[in-house]
Amino acid sequence: MTVWHKLRPYSMVAPAIIIFSLFFIYPIFYMIYLSMFDWNFVSPTKAFVGIQNFVDLLTEPEFRQVLTNTTLYTILTVTLTTGLSLLLALWLNRGNFFYGIVQGAIFSPHIISLVSISLLWSWLMDPEYGLLNWVIGLFGFGKLQWLSHPSTSLISLVMVAVWKGLGYNTLVFIAGLQSIPADIYEAASLDRSRPWTTFTRLIMPMLSPTIFFLVIINMIGSFQVFETIAIMTQGGPVNSTNTLVYYIYEYGFRFFKIGYASAAGVILLCIVGILTMIYFKLLSNRVHYR
Amino acid sequence: MKAANRAMEGHPIGSAAGNPLIGFRSKQAFLRKLMTFILRLLNSAGLLLLVLIFAMPFVWMLSTSLKTLPETMIFPPVWIPQHPVWSNYIEAWNTGPFLHYLTNSVIISVSILILQMLTIIPASYAFARYKFIGSGFLFGVVMVTLMIPNQLIFLPVYLELSAFKLLNTHWGLILPFASSAFGIFLLRQAFRQISDELLEAARLDQAAEWKIIVRIMVPMVKPVLVTFALFSFIAHWNDYFWPLVMTTNEAARTLPIGIAKIREVEGVGTWNILMAGNLILVTPILVAFFLSQRHIIKAFVYNGVK
Repeated sequence: MTVWHKLRPYSMVAPAIIIFSLFFIYPIFYMIYLSMFDWNFVSPTKAFVGIQNFVDLLTEPEFRQVLTNTTLYTILTVTLTTGLSLLLALWLNRGNFFYGIVQGAIFSPHIISLVSISLLWSWLMDPEYGLLNWVIGLFGFGKLQWLSHPSTSLISLVMVAVWKGLGYNTLVFIAGLQSIPADIYEAASLDRSRPWTTFTRLIMPMLSPTIFFLVIINMIGSFQVFETIAIMTQGGPVNSTNTLVYYIYEYGFRFFKIGYASAAGVILLCIVGILTMIYFKLLSNRVHYR
Repeated sequence: MKAANRAMEGHPIGSAAGNPLIGFRSKQAFLRKLMTFILRLLNSAGLLLLVLIFAMPFVWMLSTSLKTLPETMIFPPVWIPQHPVWSNYIEAWNTGPFLHYLTNSVIISVSILILQMLTIIPASYAFARYKFIGSGFLFGVVMVTLMIPNQLIFLPVYLELSAFKLLNTHWGLILPFASSAFGIFLLRQAFRQISDELLEAARLDQAAEWKIIVRIMVPMVKPVLVTFALFSFIAHWNDYFWPLVMTTNEAARTLPIGIAKIREVEGVGTWNILMAGNLILVTPILVAFFLSQRHIIKAFVYNGVK
């Protein structure tokens, strides 16, 4: 064993570890530190305020609305995406050419930039000339305001998120379905098990790791929603679509209240942290038995 | 669908000649066949509807991009513009320095990819194949990084980059992603699965360690590398958040920012120009997707965190 042999592994991991420390680990601590100060970006001194930023945040009605919006958006997006994609997966889980095309079609929004999707849907949801109003008009409904009215704006954003995420979720479910050994299905059909029984007693339990995995990653993703809001609604109308990351962005970059924005960041860190812990516990299991 | 399959299993031809239900043993069998037929029809209609829900918006985007401004304001909408206005694309392209945006997008996505390859291959190899003091702790750093989304730490990273004078530079958009915890995580699994015998044989030949890694080990994990590369390239090509937050002028801005800015230049409601710009951004990715659909889906579904 030469010295080089001992040092080699360290030199191999060093570049990656340096990048991670500089741009991920250190910023977390820096953000926690900043959350305890009142600072406007330009003034040379930062005033220590302890937990005052958190107290202010949690007592402020606007921030509470932001938390409510984010939670509501997350619950709706995650439930709809996961539920619908499970149904689609059971339907589309076939190897045939046409099903391949359908799978490709529903997956396509997943690889497209959120900028494109947001602009496209802003236009589809245009209250005057949008295609969506034409489509619902075919079924006899009147024009909706979609993003321009507080009562429909959040659900409109949920629709876009579901449209984008459906294909990915469906294909992950299909991958999960295909990993269930075929002889289990055969055994079930030999036992003359009814489709519904097969589904609840057999498919659901076998799919439960996949369901759990998708629910968690959809939740993590939804809590950080930013692009669609920045492009489609800018948090409006009347704050009805303002969510955590957009709020942090606005307070940091528009109002220059760095400490305050950092405190909101720390709250998001706690939420995402808990979810991610659960997720990684699951991911490591998933990878092990593959 | 189980029921449909069962119903499809043949019902032998009946003998009742002259009966309107020719070829069926009984009325029940006929009804069953009819049911199957209706189910199949409904199934096909459902599939078609599904494709429409996902394809229509893109067709609509194409249609709008070729319209004149007054044509976009016809309700109920017209699908095929009378005289396709191809110049919308030129107008969209001229709303900003798009060649510059495109160059930036290419430089940044490609640099990230190259740097990621250079950092994740050795790191994941070391984590998978060597025992060294502190490897557990260092891998913990990787795992923690994996858990931290960019959306969470942009504020402190912004201040950091500003202190390094890296705002509005390519480096500010590249360096934070010069390595990938996710890539290391994936690749480490792949390196671990390679059998030890192969490695021992190569070592017996007195091959230098780096040669073993480059010539034997890396080719064996090539499928994982390819899927990771696709995943990473598409993610950074599409990224809007990071370039938006880390730039204050045009110097390092990328295509997604340029497209989003068309609205500011052209004014609200110029959907024809916006959709033309949007198509410029979307087409390369969609073409790539239809050319290698299977690989891209695999890259996202089997490996993708998101």
